[in-house]
Parts: sequence; C-alpha cells; structure tokens
Amino acid sequence: MKELKQFIAGKYDVVVIGAGHAGCEAALAAARMGKKTIMITLSLDSLAMMPCNPNIGGTGKGHIVKEIDALGGEMAIATDKAMIQFKLLNTSKGPAVHSSRAQTDKRIYHVSMKQVIEDEYNLDLIQNEAIEIDVVDGKVVGVNTKSGAYYETESAILCTGTYLKGKIYMGEVSYEGGPGGLFPANELSASLIENGIILKRFKTGTPARVHKDSIDLNKMEIQEGDAEVIPFSFMNDKIEIDQVPCYLCYTNEKTHEIIRDNLSRYPMYAGKMEGVGPRYCPSMEDKVVRFSDKPKHQVFVEPEGLDTKEMYIQGFSTSLPEEIQIAMYRTIEGMENCKIMRPAYAIEYDCIDPTQLKRNLEIKSIENLFFAGQINGSSGYEEAAGQGIVAGINAVLKQNGKEPMILDRSEAYIGVLIDDLVTKGTNEPYRMMTSRAEYRLVLRQDNADLRLTEKGYKAGLVTLERYKKFIEKKNSIDVEKTRVMKKIVNPNAQVRALLEKLNTVPLKIPTSMYDLLKRPEIRYDDLREIDPDRPEVDKVVRRQIEIQIKYEGYIKKQFRQIEQFKRMEYKNIPESIEYEEIKGLRIEARQKLSKIRPDSLGQASRISGVSPADVNVLVIYLEQQKRMKKTNE
Amino acid sequence: MNTDTIAASATYPGMSGIGIVRVSGKNAISIVSDIFKSKNGKKLVDLKRRMMYYGWIMDPEVDRIADEVLVVAMKEPNTFTKEDIVEINCHGGIVSVEMILNILVSKGARLAERGEFTKRAFLNGRIDLTQAEAVMDLVSSKTKNSFNLSMHQLEGRLSKEIKCIRESLMGLTSQIEVNIDFPEYDEEEMTIENIKNISREILKRFDKLIKSADTGKIYKEGIKTLILGKPNVGKSSLMNYLLNENRAIVTEIPGTTRDTIEEFVNLAGVPLKIIDTAGIRYTDDEVEKIGVKKALDKIEEADLILMIFDASKALEGEDIMIIKEIQDKKVLYLLNKTDLHEKIDFENFQKIKEEVIKISIKGNKGLESIENKIKEEFLKGALDVDDDVIVSNLRHKNLLLKSKESIEDVLKSIENSLTLECLEVDIMNSLEFLGEITGETIRDDLMDKIFAEFCIGK
Repeated sequence: MKELKQFIAGKYDVVVIGAGHAGCEAALAAARMGKKTIMITLSLDSLAMMPCNPNIGGTGKGHIVKEIDALGGEMAIATDKAMIQFKLLNTSKGPAVHSSRAQTDKRIYHVSMKQVIEDEYNLDLIQNEAIEIDVVDGKVVGVNTKSGAYYETESAILCTGTYLKGKIYMGEVSYEGGPGGLFPANELSASLIENGIILKRFKTGTPARVHKDSIDLNKMEIQEGDAEVIPFSFMNDKIEIDQVPCYLCYTNEKTHEIIRDNLSRYPMYAGKMEGVGPRYCPSMEDKVVRFSDKPKHQVFVEPEGLDTKEMYIQGFSTSLPEEIQIAMYRTIEGMENCKIMRPAYAIEYDCIDPTQLKRNLEIKSIENLFFAGQINGSSGYEEAAGQGIVAGINAVLKQNGKEPMILDRSEAYIGVLIDDLVTKGTNEPYRMMTSRAEYRLVLRQDNADLRLTEKGYKAGLVTLERYKKFIEKKNSIDVEKTRVMKKIVNPNAQVRALLEKLNTVPLKIPTSMYDLLKRPEIRYDDLREIDPDRPEVDKVVRRQIEIQIKYEGYIKKQFRQIEQFKRMEYKNIPESIEYEEIKGLRIEARQKLSKIRPDSLGQASRISGVSPADVNVLVIYLEQQKRMKKTNE
Repeated sequence: MNTDTIAASATYPGMSGIGIVRVSGKNAISIVSDIFKSKNGKKLVDLKRRMMYYGWIMDPEVDRIADEVLVVAMKEPNTFTKEDIVEINCHGGIVSVEMILNILVSKGARLAERGEFTKRAFLNGRIDLTQAEAVMDLVSSKTKNSFNLSMHQLEGRLSKEIKCIRESLMGLTSQIEVNIDFPEYDEEEMTIENIKNISREILKRFDKLIKSADTGKIYKEGIKTLILGKPNVGKSSLMNYLLNENRAIVTEIPGTTRDTIEEFVNLAGVPLKIIDTAGIRYTDDEVEKIGVKKALDKIEEADLILMIFDASKALEGEDIMIIKEIQDKKVLYLLNKTDLHEKIDFENFQKIKEEVIKISIKGNKGLESIENKIKEEFLKGALDVDDDVIVSNLRHKNLLLKSKESIEDVLKSIENSLTLECLEVDIMNSLEFLGEITGETIRDDLMDKIFAEFCIGK
C-alpha cells in the first residue's frame, strides 16, 4: 500500500468501481441479492451516462437488453422510461433476428437509473476515485481511494469503462481526459499492473453534436419510429409516447476530398495514437480510406433528448482536428451552416486482456476480483451492462459458496459475449452482432424471458412479481399451444373462403390448426373467424405460439446442433491438467491452453491457435486418463 | 501418449533383398540399443540420431549374431508417429525379419497391430483424419491407380477441394450476416436469387465429388465382375485365363463350381474383382440349387457381367433366363468354344448377335479382345486419377451426401419463403458435415468411433 493518510470508510461485501452501464447492473445485482454494496464513481452526474450514441438496442444488442431484463436487471426498464423513438430492425427477416432499438433521452436515462440506485436499500453510492485494489494472499481485501477513504470488502468489481488513463485526441490536440469532458482515472492502472494483470490499450470515438437550429432537416430523409412501440422490459405491457424522428443524410465527394487532404492530421496515421479501434464502428476517415470506391456514406442525425437541441451525428465519428471537422460536416446537404456544440474526438484507454478472466468474470490470478464492461475490451452500453449483471451475480454466488452462473453459447447472447472475450480475447473493442451467435434461432428477443428468467430466479435476482408474471405467460403459451394442436379444422365452405382470401391452397382433408399455422401465408390472428372457442390470450403469447409453430422445423434443427455443442461443452477438463505433459499438442496450442485453462473441451476448441488436431489429442488424452483411473480403481 | 513400444516389419513379407523392421515408442531406442552391437562399439543410445550405423543384431538368448544390419534412430517428436522410432534394415525374406521381431518382443516390445503406426501418428496429432484414412488405404491399395488415389488424399487434395466448397459457403454466410447485422446501412441486399444461384453451383460441385466416389470405389475395391453361364461353358477356364493361374477347379463334369469364387486381377491399372459362379441350370440337386441361387443373387451387386455361351450348343432355356435376369446390367457377351462346330443361333437377340465376342479359351483365340473391351468400357470417360479429386472413402461419401442434402434444404426452404436466418442454419449444417470430413468439426461420436476402431488405452 502506498503512503497515504487513510481512514477506514466502511466495510462492504461488494465494492463496484465505476457507475456506467456495467457498474450499475453489477451494483444493483449484488445489492438486490442481499449484499452490502458500494458503488464508487468519479462523478455522480455521469452515472449511467451515454457518452456516445443516444440509443439503446440494435442488432444483437437489443437481444442483450432483453436478456438483462429476463435476469432481473435494470437496463430495459430504464430504456422504456427514456425512450423517445422505437424501431424494430430486420422485420423483413424472421423473428430470430428482429432487434429492438430505441432512441433515448440521455438525461432521462441517467435520472431514472440514478433514482433506482439511490432507492436501493443495500446500495451506497459515493463520488470518489478508486486508485488501488488491496490484495492480500491472492485475495481482494479492500479498495483505496484518492481521498484516503479505504473500503474493506470481500469482492470488488471493476467497471472502469474508458476512464483508465483516458486520453482524448482531436487532430494534433491531445490531452488526458475521460469521456464527455470528464476527468480520467490515472492511478488505478498502476495498481492493476502491480498485481500482475496484463493491460492493453484500445480506442474508440464519438462524432460531434450539432445544434438543431443550425441544420436544415427538410433537406434530409425523415426517419420515423414504428407505429407499434414494443417495450424492452418484459414487465411492461405497453408504452405510450410521442415519437421523435431521426434524419438521414449522406457524405459526398467533397467530404471525402477534405478527409483525404487532411489525413496527415489524423492522429492514427500520424503515429500518435497506439490504441486499437473497433472495425465495426469506424471513423469517417477509416471508411473513406478503406472503402475508397464508395461515393457516399450514410449519416444519421439523431436527437440527444427531448429538452436539448444537441443532435448526434451517427456514423460520422472522427479524430481529425476541430477546424477540419467543421469543414467536413458543412459539406453535407442540409448541414451547410451547421454549428458544432461538442466536437468529435477519439479516446484511448487502458483495458485488460480478457483471457485472464474465468467465465464467471473473475480474474484467474486474484480471488474475488471481477471485471465487467469496456475494461474487458468490449464496446457498447448493452455489452457492458450484460457483463455487469453477470459479474454482480457471480460475485455474490461466490461469497455464498454457490456454483457460478455461467451462460453458455446456446443460452444467451451474454453467454456468447463472455465466452468470446475470455476464450478468444479480442484485438479490438468487441461489439455484439447476431452473427457471433451460432444458435440464434433459439436466442431470440421474444423468448429471452423463457430462456433466462428461471436462471435469474434461481440466482436470487428475479423478484417474485417478475417470476409470477413469467410463469403465467409460460403456462398460457403451453395451454394455447396444446389447444391449437388438438383443434381440427374441417374443409367446409367457411374455411375454404378464408383460405382463398389468404391466398393459400385449400384443405382437402381435416387438418389440425397447428399444421395450418405452419403455412407461411397464414398468421395466428387470421384464423380467429374459424376458431370460435379461441380464448382471449395476450398478444405476446399469440406471437410466441406463432413463432414456435412456424419455425418448428428449423428450431428443431438448431436444437440438434445445440445438442452436439453441449456434448463437447460439458466434457470437463480437470483443473489439475498439465498441458506440458501432453506430447501430441503443438507448442502454440500448449501455450494457449496453459494460459486460458479452459473448463471444457468445447471451450478449448474455440481458442484461436488450438487446432482441431490439438483438440483430438486432448480428447484422447483425457479419455486415456479416465480409463487409466478406472483400471487403477 | 501410448506408453508401450511397438514393432513390425515395414516391408512386405516375402522374397526381397532387404527387410525393414520399425520400432516405435518410448523405449524404442533403449530396446534396440540393448540388442544392437555397432561396428564402432558404441551403444545406440550414445550414437547420433538420424545417422545410419552398421552393426549386428545379437540374439541375447544364445549371444549370437542374428543378422547383419543398418540401424537408424530418430528422436520424437519429429517422426512419423511423433514417438521415438528405430528402423532396422536387415536381410529380406521372412526368417531374418521374424527373428529380429522375436528378439524385440523378448526385450519388451509388442507386435504392432495392422496400421498401428498410422493410428499413433493420428492420435499424436501428426496427421489429420483424412490423411490417416489415406495411409490405411495406401497400405491396402491393390493397383497403382488406387495407390495414387490414396497418395493424393494424403497430400490433401480432397481436403483442398472441400476447403474450396467451404469457402463458397462461408462467403454466402458472411453476406447473409452483413444483411442481418447492419440492416440500417445501405449494404447491397443479399437477394434470395443470389443464394439460389450459389447453392445450385455448389450442388454441382457436390455431384461431381459424389459421382467420383463411384470411380473411387472402383479403384479401391475393384470392378465387381461376375462370370455367368450355363454349366461347363468355360466360366472357370475364363477366370483362370484372367488370373493366369489354375485356382478354380476345372473339370468336364457339369456343376463342379458349386460356390462362388472371388479373385483380384489388375487389368491395365483397373482392378477387377472377378467372381466365378456356379453354372446356372435347372436342377433338382439341393446343393447345386443353392449355388445357382447365389449366382443369381450376385447379379444385383455386380458392376460388370461376363456372360458366356457355348457355341457348340443351341440356346437353351437357361441361357434365355440369364439374358433376362441381366438385361439392365453392363454385360459383355462371350461366345466360347468357337473352335468347335457352331450350333448356336442368336436369331431373336439382335443386340447380342451384334455385340458378342467370339473366343476360344482352349484355343487361346480372341481373348485379348475381352481385355480391350473391358478397358474401353471402364477407362473411357472414367476420371483421370492424376488430375481429378476422387472420393474413395465411404465415410467421406456419406458426409458429402449429407452436406449436399443440407444445401438442397436451402433451396426447398427458399421455395417455402423462409427467411435468411433459417437458410443459414442449413448452410451451417452443410459446413459442419464438410468439416467432419477434414476433421475440422470435432464430434464426440466420431471420437467414440475412433476409440472403438483404434483400440487405445489399456
């Protein structure tokens, strides 16, 4: 410990460092599961802040938000409160890839989350800077702060976002700073390094905010929200809001010319910035260089909230100097006279190499030290929150001597996210996409509660109210599905007329309503008139039945894939395994396996640098060990 | 991984100038060191690796020279099995090799099972599954063409072609992914039409590979050739001619060959698996009836039928019955005994009349035209082993069929207007099956199969 005038400021079960999206979920989970918890943040005003885009959800991300909700987290509820526009993406495709996205009022989001945190009985909230993790005998015992306040604790969860040694870049200008004009956290990194934790440096960026009155929205394409607003939280049945539109505009050759002329002033190319940025969220200069044949790029103009005139320029992040930013933005039709209120910037920060973590998000080298969010190399509010809730739950389960809650790749996007991070690591900020999930036909938004609420309840986070609601829904799905299976439709005149109207082939023999619903042309609601004893069931239930029936064939195929996956996933590798002893392994595989120490053969097979041949060797080795043990007994 | 040390003759047992005994395992070097007396007097354990040393294998029982040899020791892991390997070059023939093997066994080595070196190479991660399978095929290949086939597979030609198909499929999935994950951006839409076209192209490639499996099977297993005819028309004589030796019993008494006899011959690189059958006739003899039934049953699985007529006798009911039985098969009609007075008349069988090859086995006449005709039939249009990828393994063929079926499902689902993410499930399935061929997809039941076949552990 450093020489510092300290005082013991309290004794807690769990200390959460950082109050962003990961920190809030982690702290709420720990507190709601009965642990005395404190959350330390650099600024109470930046709690649950959205320093980048003013929306929540999107492809893959919407799924995560629903999963957090199913487990008993807060993000979906806060989003529903702060929503100012709703869109369901991918409606031209099947329900598995339907993704909800909400435009949110950033201030409302912050306020509603802060209220929930303040109201939480077991949870304290304090403004301070954590500067040191106190580790004794490989275990966390306390957290030290800049003011000298020392918190004794059983567990600590680090959710430091982009604050660790944060550095802002705008062209030639660079200075130490956190996101959104806040201070960076400059001291904690050293404490992590001292404890043997390997750090990396990542970067991310955000576009400028522009004054609404300085742009001509009439020259842009208006992007309205959907007619039907679907709540994110399974606890909310409906939301009534007046939706606010977004706008679409395009860059042009002139924009690109300015970028090309000023590339030397781009800190990445000038060799000033070392951090690795996300490929999936590139700056405009990256897009122009990488896709030089594209004559234009899309730019969306989105409101930051209801009571502000700041507009977020989605798709146009940059770290070029401010004067170039102004010139670039003004080349866009409708933005000729735009006034920038907050310039775009890139931020570089310390994060850890996530392969140092176990699947419960605890670091392998230090007991009871958990990590969640951008510090693990992810990007995005939703990804952060998803890790936060898992870290919070697991910190508590561990203290209680319970098995960890590990979501596997066939159970949740959160499972995919964490497995990817801790097994493969990441070379750039990791963003969730539906394509990262192998089993996405069963990992749908609509069934997130059916997949996870039971787990959340078992972990002790899901309230009785939520659990009851879930059981009711589940039962009513089962009952109605069984009825539909038994219900026989006869080929009478009324049925014939209806089927003709629906443009589908007539029935020849009596058929179950279940089989009829398999036809792509027929919706559940269409059959009401020939189904007189149909009970009144909730819309989400109707929808669920329809999805389960229509995609049954494919869902079954996917279940077979999952079965195969699980067989490898639950072939455990004993913790005592010595990879050095296994001769057949290639050297690279031996090193990687020794470093990651996978729990199962399935996880081992996903480590990059471990070939299928290596896994075969491992399978055979384990089998031989097992047989040898058997014979010895 | 296997702790015991195995030994076997690496050369074919028989007449040859030298024989090679290979020893592999943890104690390979020390075991051989114990029984090898080098000319320079040093122990093998102290000698350089990968150098050949002259000396003698000593029989420890009687302390006498067993054979004069050249010995090379190779240290793991850079050997075929990834274990320590010693190769002993001794004199050829059975005696010397057997004697050395006996000495090795007395010193703690174990006789290797068939293909066990390959098994170890696979189990120790030295070669992948298709390569292991190829080595096994190589060991049992019957002609040069099937040898080439196995060599190509060992080089990874099949793996390369499959990789190619996999890449097309991956391209398809990544386009689908972009569409699903970035719906708000104006990426080019992945049209269903596009998926259809690419799927159809891939189906063609599957078809070509699957079709090649038939050729591959011919090279690997031989063309199943059935010799049919009434009793005593010369079936066994023809077989003997093709075999160039008197294996099947030939007598003047009709009905001598009561069972079927199978033999392999190499006809210009095409292996024929020749099946001689009982002569077909109406009979009351129960034993002979069984033989006749067996012969008729064999027709179904035959690739080629050599139907023999006796020129000196008129067509009989049995001839006509056989002609009817085999009308859907590939048949060469042979007219034997043309040196005798010709009585036969193909009046009602115009096709046979035109095609029939006149021979006299006894008089050694017209026989080369049989060979020429077989070569013509099977080599014409057959794939050239040197240039094409040929599937020669049943496991591979079955997986290719499954993989193809998944792509057919894609097209079916498009007909049923299912959406992109569903189609992708089938594409992924197809990819998985292909991965199973090359070993990139690890399935636990495949592992079970390997455990069953490779008999590892204790």
